[in-house]
Amino acid sequence: MLKVKNLHAKIDGKEILRGLDLEVKAGEVHAIMGPNGSGKSTLAQVLAGRENYEVTGGTVEYDGSDLLELAPEERARAGLFLAFQYPVEIPGVSNVYLLKAALNAVRKHRGEPELDAMDFLTLIKDKMKLVEISQEFLYRAVNEGFSGGEKKRNEILQMAVLEPRLAILDETDSGLDIDALKIVANGVNSLRSPNRAIVMVTHYQRLLDYIVPDFVHVLSDGRIVKSGGRELALELEERGYSWLEGDAQPAVQSGARAAAGS
Amino acid sequence: MNAIERYSADFARIENTLPGSSISWLQDARRDALSRFAERGIPTTRDENWKYTDVSSLEKRALIAVPPTDRADAATLAASIERLALAAEYHLLVFVDGRYNRDLSRLGGLPAGATIGSMAEVLERNAGFNAGFLEAHFAGELWPHGAFGWLNTALAADGAVIHLEADTVVEQPVHLLFLATGSVSAIHPTNLIIAGNNTKVTAIEHYAGDDGATYFTNALTRVVVGDNANVAHYKLQQESAKAFHIAGIHAKQAAHSRFASHSISLGAQLARNDISTRLAAGSHCELNGLYLADGRRHVDHHTRIDHAEPDATSSEVYRGILDGGARGVFNGKVVVHQDAQHTDAKQENHNLLLSKNAEIDTKPELEIYADDVKCTHGATIGQLDDAMLFYLRSRGLDEAAARSLLIYAFAHDIIDRMALQPLRKRLERQLIDRLPLGSTEVSFSDLLLDGQSVTDQ
Repeated sequence: MLKVKNLHAKIDGKEILRGLDLEVKAGEVHAIMGPNGSGKSTLAQVLAGRENYEVTGGTVEYDGSDLLELAPEERARAGLFLAFQYPVEIPGVSNVYLLKAALNAVRKHRGEPELDAMDFLTLIKDKMKLVEISQEFLYRAVNEGFSGGEKKRNEILQMAVLEPRLAILDETDSGLDIDALKIVANGVNSLRSPNRAIVMVTHYQRLLDYIVPDFVHVLSDGRIVKSGGRELALELEERGYSWLEGDAQPAVQSGARAAAGS
Repeated sequence: MNAIERYSADFARIENTLPGSSISWLQDARRDALSRFAERGIPTTRDENWKYTDVSSLEKRALIAVPPTDRADAATLAASIERLALAAEYHLLVFVDGRYNRDLSRLGGLPAGATIGSMAEVLERNAGFNAGFLEAHFAGELWPHGAFGWLNTALAADGAVIHLEADTVVEQPVHLLFLATGSVSAIHPTNLIIAGNNTKVTAIEHYAGDDGATYFTNALTRVVVGDNANVAHYKLQQESAKAFHIAGIHAKQAAHSRFASHSISLGAQLARNDISTRLAAGSHCELNGLYLADGRRHVDHHTRIDHAEPDATSSEVYRGILDGGARGVFNGKVVVHQDAQHTDAKQENHNLLLSKNAEIDTKPELEIYADDVKCTHGATIGQLDDAMLFYLRSRGLDEAAARSLLIYAFAHDIIDRMALQPLRKRLERQLIDRLPLGSTEVSFSDLLLDGQSVTDQ
């Protein structure tokens, strides 16, 4: 579904991604871990099409087409979804309006009829239960005045409504207490499906206790330096990121390609 | 011929055709106003109050006051009125090229203490009010004026009078519709709203003109808000894109009164509004405004709130959206006088610049002479937020739709402050018509037509 090859990207003249490789297949859940500044969020933003980042090399193939050629909205309509690390507050735009406009934009792209207000409300009520969001949230401005946990749950609500093919969760666990984390994880788990891939970007392995990944990759200095299964995250938890740096880097890098690229 | 000579010639030419020309105090008041205008002259950018607004392009046009003509045919007029009217149940007073048109107007039933009608008819009949009462408002320095205000007093041919005796409530809003049908003329509407003690009324002052017509509207509205009275004033300026619009709206509020002013500026090549109120003890005012301009257009709001006595509150929010090479001016002055302890005054002005060439000059001015007061003000100038745009696009909205939505939400903050549903709907529609909507347009307008607004919260 997603093939990232030798991706280089920079922002404000500074190179952040320096030859990143990643392959994700339908049905898989990948976790990308790494220390602060390793390029995790940059990867998420570049995949979603944020224009502040300049892609200077490499390719990204999504469902057989060139993802980098697509505008952010075209990516969204093609089934790519980014759950933001810092969901943006949009005063004056109601949550329900955005959800409906987003869903209809995606449906239109798929050749499905747009939903009217009644059908939409029926659909969304089920989804709201999933992330334990009450109806009054719908009529508040997007993310405005939401707590950290509410913002993250709202992202997962959007994901549940849009039913993406590829979901990228950027630090979805940050700022969540344990109860909120469980709600969010529960929402994400219920969206796991053989047709859908999920890429989680996270600093801590805590999230992975609740959303168990098929693959774990370690990102360091703009490259994936090690890949493995669930146990790699536990090893990182125990030993920190420092053991991956320095002399180990070249060796694990080639291993990462082999593991992720199979 | 310079502007003063030209307007003086104008005055000499039409003086005897003006309503009430045989009333001596009125004749004196008009002549006095003309001489005061001549003393001041047309303001230039050297005047502090006109620093950012250059009216020389208006003066080059040499637009003159013309006696009423019947150049527009009745069917066209009726169609325009139908299009511009807001609600069947509202009282509607129509002024065509500045003159009251009884046939096009429709006044519903009014309570006994309410008199609503044409200023010209009142002056001609010289009835309904005693002379001294009107004289107080026309003559002398009771009201703030400025050069254009004096010019209005000298040349005004008509306008609306709304007079409420104490304890009178007018349930339905009064829609004053000023329609300009032709070019090359100057129209000087004068409106007087007198709301006695414990009264309530809503007035909508609405200016519109035929597309492409070049004319000059120079309006002056005075509002007296009695003890514990409640007056809501809406101003909707949608003049022709070539028109010049200069207007004063001045209120005087008695104790415990409420006055709301909503100024919506959508049209004209040059628009200037001077809006002021003076607050007595325990009174409250709300001044809201929204201005939209693109191309080479210019829109200026100067507001002034005088907290003259204690325990009054004021809240002011103006928002502007400027595109192309448009220029906006906001100058909001709040004066807290020495006796005005416990004043609570809030002022905000937010501007959205949609192009590199758009400009805004915003200036909050606070003058505080009392020591136990709470005053805040803030002004912002910005562009559409990149992070917000990206967030919306990442959810599938195309760029034009995302931009439209953010612009709409920005402006809707002001519409949200308005109580009149038909006017809100009209403004929402006009706003949407001016947005760079994308392919999600259908669902965008869909929600409004459902009877919910985008910011329904």
